[in-house]
Amino acid sequence: MTESEGLRRKDLLGIRDLDPDEIQLILDTAESFKEVGTRPVKKVPTLRGKTVVNLFYEPSTRTRTSFELAAKRLSADVINISTSTSSVVKGESLLDTARTLEAMGADYLVVRHPASGVPEQLARILRCRVINAGDGVHEHPTQALLDAFTIREQKGKIQGLQVAIVGDIAHSRVARSNIYALTRLGASVRLCGPATLIPPDIETLGVSVYYDLDAALEGVDVIMMLRIQQERQARAYIPSLREYARRYSLTPERLRRARGDVLVMHPGPMNRGIEIAPEVADGLQSVILDQVTNGVAVRMAVLYLLSGAG
Amino acid sequence: MGKETVILDAQAIERALNRIAHEILERNRGTEGLALVGIRTGGAHLARRLVERIQAIEGGPVDLGILDITLYRDDLALRKAQPVLRKTEIPFDVTNRRIVLVDDVLFTGRTIRAALDGIMDLGRPRCIQLAVLIDRGHRELPIRPDYVGKNIPTAREERVKVRLLEEGETDAVVVVRP
Repeated sequence: MTESEGLRRKDLLGIRDLDPDEIQLILDTAESFKEVGTRPVKKVPTLRGKTVVNLFYEPSTRTRTSFELAAKRLSADVINISTSTSSVVKGESLLDTARTLEAMGADYLVVRHPASGVPEQLARILRCRVINAGDGVHEHPTQALLDAFTIREQKGKIQGLQVAIVGDIAHSRVARSNIYALTRLGASVRLCGPATLIPPDIETLGVSVYYDLDAALEGVDVIMMLRIQQERQARAYIPSLREYARRYSLTPERLRRARGDVLVMHPGPMNRGIEIAPEVADGLQSVILDQVTNGVAVRMAVLYLLSGAG
Repeated sequence: MGKETVILDAQAIERALNRIAHEILERNRGTEGLALVGIRTGGAHLARRLVERIQAIEGGPVDLGILDITLYRDDLALRKAQPVLRKTEIPFDVTNRRIVLVDDVLFTGRTIRAALDGIMDLGRPRCIQLAVLIDRGHRELPIRPDYVGKNIPTAREERVKVRLLEEGETDAVVVVRP
């Protein structure tokens, strides 16, 4: 059996630190893990006796459940900590919380936090493995990995594809991680949204910027819609959700501008009727549910590849 | 790079596989319920060859599966880098089947232990038998083969390599002395 270099790292903090080989390794490994999810007994003993702690300082159903399932399918023990019910409300610091969990024997800390950079800070101080489940507006690496996996599964490749990412780019860690992953794997990325929600100079990341959705969707292979948050309207980034929807919603008419075999993706949760029309979300081009299934496999791959004596 | 000795050449391998195919049919009284599962990577190619031979001899359908035992290894926590993981492809229900596990070299027996756990997670076979091309001794677990191509006594430090056409080499079994 050939030995792999593995991921040569203790933590998964962002796509920016990964080179294309590492991304490919994760995607290839995830394919094997997808098979486990098709068995009647969806469990392998690989991480038996390991402890995975989900430390979520922001609410999440999708990501947290996905990590929990991934860890449980690998036979690990899982603890979920959501800060509203923890001693964080008593004023315990992030560092104390993390150190306490490590002292109890956590092997992995899966961290989601509203402040960018928190997972990196923890990774430097703690001995256990830290996985970034979304930090501020910085990165959400496992989302980008599962998105890349889904595209590769459907299209057979990523290199050379035209991908449009649409929505509140400025506040989206999903967009950032996807930009890194897709450009690294050779896709062409187009960003589209209102000017107030696209950071200036973002072209330096190797992407093109459109403010008109119809133009952005012309001939694309993949469309990734991002969720527009209610509160952007309150902070005057957009005049109203209705106007946003009129100009930036993925409707069936707009969908026709893309290629006939275009993939429609969304990291979830969706605002049906606002950034995406219900018929499109549930339509034939939509792979939104595949993204969710693939998320578990990709997270299993990440947990597996980070394990070992290291 | 150590000194290599060829123990079995292509023709000897062919004869061994022919004999094993006949033995499997004899012991199981035909192909009813029979399924061969090759252990990646060496066993997978040999399993395919055995299925072809069995079907050529007796004609009944024999299912073929490929098992990757990486997730069931007992040494993952000890390794610095995790081994490459490949897919398990067993497109049939193992419950009630007569499964013959196929591997190229039987050594400590830990791979087979992992394979047994892997198969059991997929169902409840009627029985599991083991076919290996080479048994090189040095068992660390109470595992024994049902079908053996050749027994080769070896020293622990030696390595036994099975080279196969399917991997771009000439069929041969070699012992490498360090």
